[in-house]
Amino acid sequence: MLDRGLWREIFQSINMNRTRSLLSGFTVAFAILLFTILFGIANGLNNTFAEAFSDDANNSIFIQSGTTTKANKGFQAGRQIQFKNKDFDYIKEEYGDNVQYITSRLHLNVDAIFRNEKSTYPVRAVHPDHQFLENTIIKDGRYINQLDIENKTKVVVIGRLVEQDLFLKTTALGKYISLNGLQYKIVGVFRDDGGDNEERIIYMPISTAQRVYGNNDYIDQINLTYNPEMNYNKAIAFSNNLTKDLKDRFDVASSDQRAIRVRNLANESKTVNQMTFGLGVIIIVIGFGTLIAGIVGVSNIMIFIVKERTKEIGIRKALGASPKSIISLILLEAILITAIAGWIGLLIGMGVLEFIGPSLEDYFIKDPSVSTTLVIAATLTLIVAGGIAGYLPAKKASQIKPIVALRDD
Amino acid sequence: MLNIKKLHKSYPIGDSSLHVLKGIDLTVEDGEMVAIMGSSGSGKSTLLNIIGMLDEADEGEYILDGVPIKNLTEKKAAIYRNKFLGFIFQSFNLINYKNALDNVALPLYYQGMKRQERQELALFHLGKVGLEPWAHHLPNELSGGQKQRVAIARALAANPKLLLADEPTGALDTKTSHEIMDFIQHLNDEGKTILIVTHEEDIAQMCKRIVRLKDGLIMEDEKVEQVRASQYVG
Repeated sequence: MLDRGLWREIFQSINMNRTRSLLSGFTVAFAILLFTILFGIANGLNNTFAEAFSDDANNSIFIQSGTTTKANKGFQAGRQIQFKNKDFDYIKEEYGDNVQYITSRLHLNVDAIFRNEKSTYPVRAVHPDHQFLENTIIKDGRYINQLDIENKTKVVVIGRLVEQDLFLKTTALGKYISLNGLQYKIVGVFRDDGGDNEERIIYMPISTAQRVYGNNDYIDQINLTYNPEMNYNKAIAFSNNLTKDLKDRFDVASSDQRAIRVRNLANESKTVNQMTFGLGVIIIVIGFGTLIAGIVGVSNIMIFIVKERTKEIGIRKALGASPKSIISLILLEAILITAIAGWIGLLIGMGVLEFIGPSLEDYFIKDPSVSTTLVIAATLTLIVAGGIAGYLPAKKASQIKPIVALRDD
Repeated sequence: MLNIKKLHKSYPIGDSSLHVLKGIDLTVEDGEMVAIMGSSGSGKSTLLNIIGMLDEADEGEYILDGVPIKNLTEKKAAIYRNKFLGFIFQSFNLINYKNALDNVALPLYYQGMKRQERQELALFHLGKVGLEPWAHHLPNELSGGQKQRVAIARALAANPKLLLADEPTGALDTKTSHEIMDFIQHLNDEGKTILIVTHEEDIAQMCKRIVRLKDGLIMEDEKVEQVRASQYVG
């Protein structure tokens, strides 16, 4: 079936019927081009989603306080609720089994100076666990550790862009930086995938911040992640319990929505997961749709080609061509054209994605691309599709009666 | 060479059927040159198609070179056609994207001959019809007479036992027709058995035997004095 003579016949046929070959090739190439681009864009959307929610651990729970909106237990509405270290310790004690990581947070704004460079940055005073909650990636040095908390050391971990802003092209690690006039030693530099703002932040031990900026034990916010083995329902129950508990602790009415706010990412990640799933379904539908359209297209072209070649097939049969040799001739030509055209479409599609990819980021499409596995799979699918699409017409061609084909009209 | 007995063939037309061949008996010996004549609708082309295994009879016996031709699979028919028969058509039926040489070599390709060998043999046959210099020309670069000569070379390439020609001069002018008939007569002189379907009396007179068909039956079967085409060729 694969002898050289047959291939010679096929190449001659393709080469001598260029318009026909180009036209059929164009259809396939176009289908695959569309397939690649749509798939790439869908992938890009997916990437955007994945990235938007990869910044924070998605089993996070954020607890913040505010002012009461309802009078309760003899307290008037409008009372400010303030978390303190003992509340942090309480949650840690009470819910230890259900908590994976936990940290307090205190927010400040500081003027940072290094030599002649000066700028303002937000400071987050935190516990060591914060690193895992925020998915902070240490570039140089280390993160805040337990020893810093206990000794209230004056150390900071700065973002990559803080280093870039203040230290220009030198390294910041080990140097001292002035924050509101006080000298802090830089023990680490971090990266964060959450965007530029997340890299223009300074971390310091919470105990240090409490002593230096107010000499109290106030906390702005408590963040924690629940035990990842908990399923969605358990996670929701856990945060509901926690909310109720804290409201009781601060004598807040259970219907008060502002005094104590507990935000559970399980809710949001469920939505995101559904969205990603929906997107996946769309991708598959697009993929199959385009491929089926391509197969139908190839099939139509093959039927047309067989019709156009009816006379030739009749001649070949009169000269002693077996049905099998006719099938091979038509089928292999179809497969060859499909494979080459599909491959070209794929290359163009990938080129287009590469070319327009960066400008699509404004439209929530990040890094639109198709994977190597997909490329190989698509190419193979094409060859198989060309085979399937070509087989029936080829079979039909092999059954053409020479007298019908050779009838003069 | 060829033995046909009580051959019947009908074609379905709508609900009824058209009885085209109503019992043909025909025997052709080695080396004969037979013209099959008849008006259109007489069944002459159908007879030729059945002899050429392009079509199958409904009833009757057909023996070609001692081999009964019956219930052929497509594959077997292909092999027999390739081995036993050479076709010459009114409209030449060359493959238009193949040059003269490749057209002539095609039956040899289907015999499984090696490329080198079949190119040489094809060139030899092209030489025999005087078209060696045209070997690498496409059919649309050739005149009608040249095309038919390529077709004859192709029919001869596989060295068939029987040459079947369906109105071989139907698309040619008188002068070229005579040239082609001259060729065919020479082939017959060399011993090739030839069957020609025609409706032209002068072409039929250039054969050695004329079989006249009418309404699916043989009306007349006579040996004739062959008119040589060479006398018209200047």
